[in-house]
Amino acid sequence: MRSALSLFALLALSSAAGAADVRVMCYQDGNECDVTAELAKRFEAQNPGTKVILDVVPYKTIVEQLPVQLAAGQGPDIARVTDLGGLSRYYLDITPNLKDARYWEANFGATLPWLRPTPSDKGIYGFMSQLTMTGPYVNKTLFEQAKVTLPGPKATWDEWIDATKRVARATQTPAAMAWDRSGHRFAGPAISHGAKIFDAKGELMLDDGYRTTVAKFVGWNKDGTMLKEVWAGSGGSTYADSIGEFKNARVVMVLSGSWQINRLQKDIGNAFDWVAVPNPCGPAACTGIPGGAAWVALKTAKSPKEAAMFLDFMAQEANYAEFAGRTNNIPAHAGLAKKGVNYAGATPAARAALTTFGSGVANLAPVAYQFQGYKFNRAIMLPTVTRVTQAIVGEMSVDEAIAKIAADMADAVRQAQK
Amino acid sequence: MELVSRLLGGFFNLFEPLFRAGQRWLGFSRLGWLFVAPNLIVFGLFTFLPIVINFVYATTGGVKLYPFDRPFTGMENFGILFECRDYFDIRTCRKDVFWRAMINTAQFSVIQVTLMVGFSLVTALVLNRKIIGRGFWRGVFFYPVLLSPVVVALIWKWLLQTQGVFNAGLVAAGSTPVNWLTEAHWAFSWTVFVSIWAHMGFYTLILLAGLQAIPKEMYEAAEMDAAPPWRTLTRITLPLLMPNLIVVLVLAMIRAVQIFDEVYVLTGGGPGSATTFIVQFIYQTGFAEQIHLYGLAAAASLVLAIGLMALTIVQLRITKASSAGQRAR
Amino acid sequence: MLKFLTRTRGRSRLDWTDWLSYAYLFVGLFTMFAPIIWLVMSSFKTESAISLFPPTFLPYSQKSVEVQGHDKPLPLYLTKDAQGNVRPMAQVRRIGIMATMVDPASPGEEIRVNINDRKPINEITFALGNYTELFGKFNFERYLWNSVFITVVATLLTLLINSMAAFALSKYQFRGQKAVFMLIIATLMIPPTIILVPVFLVINTVGLLNSLWGVILPAIATPTGVFLLRQYMLTIPDELLEAARMDHASEWRIYWRIILPLAAPALAVLAIFSVMWRWNDFLLPLIVLSKSEYFTLQLALNSFQGELNTQWHYLLAMTVITLIPVTLVFAFLQKYITTGIASAGVK
Repeated sequence: MRSALSLFALLALSSAAGAADVRVMCYQDGNECDVTAELAKRFEAQNPGTKVILDVVPYKTIVEQLPVQLAAGQGPDIARVTDLGGLSRYYLDITPNLKDARYWEANFGATLPWLRPTPSDKGIYGFMSQLTMTGPYVNKTLFEQAKVTLPGPKATWDEWIDATKRVARATQTPAAMAWDRSGHRFAGPAISHGAKIFDAKGELMLDDGYRTTVAKFVGWNKDGTMLKEVWAGSGGSTYADSIGEFKNARVVMVLSGSWQINRLQKDIGNAFDWVAVPNPCGPAACTGIPGGAAWVALKTAKSPKEAAMFLDFMAQEANYAEFAGRTNNIPAHAGLAKKGVNYAGATPAARAALTTFGSGVANLAPVAYQFQGYKFNRAIMLPTVTRVTQAIVGEMSVDEAIAKIAADMADAVRQAQK
Repeated sequence: MELVSRLLGGFFNLFEPLFRAGQRWLGFSRLGWLFVAPNLIVFGLFTFLPIVINFVYATTGGVKLYPFDRPFTGMENFGILFECRDYFDIRTCRKDVFWRAMINTAQFSVIQVTLMVGFSLVTALVLNRKIIGRGFWRGVFFYPVLLSPVVVALIWKWLLQTQGVFNAGLVAAGSTPVNWLTEAHWAFSWTVFVSIWAHMGFYTLILLAGLQAIPKEMYEAAEMDAAPPWRTLTRITLPLLMPNLIVVLVLAMIRAVQIFDEVYVLTGGGPGSATTFIVQFIYQTGFAEQIHLYGLAAAASLVLAIGLMALTIVQLRITKASSAGQRAR
Repeated sequence: MLKFLTRTRGRSRLDWTDWLSYAYLFVGLFTMFAPIIWLVMSSFKTESAISLFPPTFLPYSQKSVEVQGHDKPLPLYLTKDAQGNVRPMAQVRRIGIMATMVDPASPGEEIRVNINDRKPINEITFALGNYTELFGKFNFERYLWNSVFITVVATLLTLLINSMAAFALSKYQFRGQKAVFMLIIATLMIPPTIILVPVFLVINTVGLLNSLWGVILPAIATPTGVFLLRQYMLTIPDELLEAARMDHASEWRIYWRIILPLAAPALAVLAIFSVMWRWNDFLLPLIVLSKSEYFTLQLALNSFQGELNTQWHYLLAMTVITLIPVTLVFAFLQKYITTGIASAGVK
């Protein structure tokens, strides 16, 4: 009753004031939505009559519920999404409502194509709220306690496995390493081991590089080098990160990504020293996968003009700089990447980590960019998680797992193209 | 109180003219339709219609949400579900996770229902005795039934985690901690235990009511005949309890096959696919995977519905036969 | 052993079967309640105390002490210094594996010890912050209101239309009656998850997405409710109805004034079931509500379970809070619930 009355009142008020509401669906790894809320207030002050309503939802909602809603024709005006290619058919071109489209092209040009449904499209659909990179974090205190030296920047995965195993044994840590339960994370080491992901026609394929990585990873899980719970603790393709285990010092090293810096800073505090290290090398590369969440305008927007204006506001250099600086994120803004961002609230550890990731961008393999931008990359990422887990727990052999990944992949792509 | 009865009176008066008109128009015997109408409308719109739509999904392919946008594919989805190179080895099936889920569900249902009804029966028999504070003890077993599946799962997830209290007990007793939820057979056993923990109180109550409805004269007669307790149990108690037992078994089986919430939160279907049950498979295929395969999910759900109906019919036949057989003896 | 299963035992003399029964009951009490008590106790622990292994029953948290010359209180440790003496010292900072400690009594002298030579000093603290911060962090009152609104309105509507349908199916004879009844019962076989996507489509088409009504309306036509009420109403003597009809009472009046009051026990049971189902409902709100201001408590709990994957202290506190209303209902209405189910089951 009360909600109906208040809704009625709201409608009455809003229609009287002629207000436009911009509904924003946001998820945060750290404090991205909180900072956005403050920016939104400033936007509202500058644009009286426009109200920005921020829905802070868990990541799961963005992944599971938003696509179904959009398919049903429902949805917010703006959303912070990670499946850039998969949702691209729902994006709204905001070019007509931007103050200066050339500013956008100049500063976001490198990542705008990730949001375009087809390669020939020239529309502007939003911008990357951050540039992220997958990469490892290491518990330096444990290394010191074990009196093992940290491997250098060009060390291989095998060398890191060896070093962390020695540290784990010396300090009685449950496991040496853990990778986030994600096909996206898995792709980095796979490409480093020589996986080409795409065949000559630009379609997904599983080659020896990928196969080797799967075999090695399953082996490491089975012999206890990797903390089994992270991958084996769930079923299907559910995402699970390893930061929780890292935080509680149950692993020496994790493969996660740069968006976790804020969380690590807050949750670990002074408990131990943690560092980000460059991605370990394989025979082919020493790469991670670039990525990030993007603010996109959606076709379901009820106030498209105001939504475009809000995105334009957030994309301005000063505002973006504030966002990146307060959320400890690497900016996707070309101008800021050159100038540098003032990470005011960052501890020395966080600042060092940001620098490591920032300089790691140069080592990203071209395949990694292609992988991130590919519309159906989920078709290989999700089955990888499901099947590799099954191999780890012994439900099938590594070869069977590879065959199943390939089959699932083909099935999904076929259905998606129908 | 006065206000409430005034409001209720007002509400009542709103509808009376409508029904009087209906009575005049439809005639007395067909008035029943008017009463059933609201229920039927809601039911038709939100239960029956979706079932029909489900059929449409099952026979179409593609990834679009609206049934009319989807290309018709006939029985292709069913074909995908049932495609196996070797029918005796699940791993050769195209949708091996589906078959694993079916087998897991079958195993789970049989084990869980047997154990749970067994425990409920024993508990009901114990509660039927002359004990102090029966109401309190009844409540004790019933309390977990009131908890939501998410809460139940979270409680046990908390207890069973590698650094949780169960492992603490093990370490204190001198042995090593066990990864309760990441070892396949343990994870499975715990899902059985947790679901029994959460639901047995309900069935205990039904059985207890059935026991208390058995007239005392029956027992007194048996006592006068100096009948041994086993005889009393099998000849008097169980046959008289049979109607309630049938209800309990059928309800428990239906619920066991449909289990989802607790397990999804407790293990997520893991490790691997050890605790993936059929409803979770349907949910994952249709909702959780990035490329939503609505058609496949709908086809799987139809297979489940048919299986469940067949199972219930079989169950009813068996229990009717056994109770008839007992009575005949 | 089976002796005790079949008969109620004698009055004053307690024999071994009684002891066995009571033992069974106490084991049952422990099994049912211990996990919940553990949950409640753990919800009062601070975040760091929660990850302690082996876990303690009572919530402990590290003591801290004000030391002259430092503005923030410093954590207290039992420290073994270079001479081998063990005494409580406050930690100023930790770098790598060396910690700098001071004696709170003489803050001037600092010593450096290896982090393995110190143990935290704990005291019992109830981290009420877990609860109070929840109200600040998550829009708690809002979720509570949504859950309450849905539960109450849905229960009232369920009682109304289910009793109307049960009345029709038990006291009237009309063509197609059996078919309707069979149809309603058959849907018990359909787990709600199966028709999830089509239900979502229908709800979307009638425009009830992201609305509390979209959660309330689809599930008010419960087959169990109709079945339960019908069974009960069958036992209401037809003579009462005939008498009322001869007095020219309309059918609606008969329903409202005679049937409903007489069916009160069954209605009470259905009401209790409905409250339980709606309060704990998870799947339907999950697909209907995505705007956070409409979230129910269960949704919020589940969502934050994924997000706060490792923030167990908030998660546990939230779980306890979600438990409380159900526990209260249970405590007060236990007698009605259990006898109600019993009588409904018997009939």
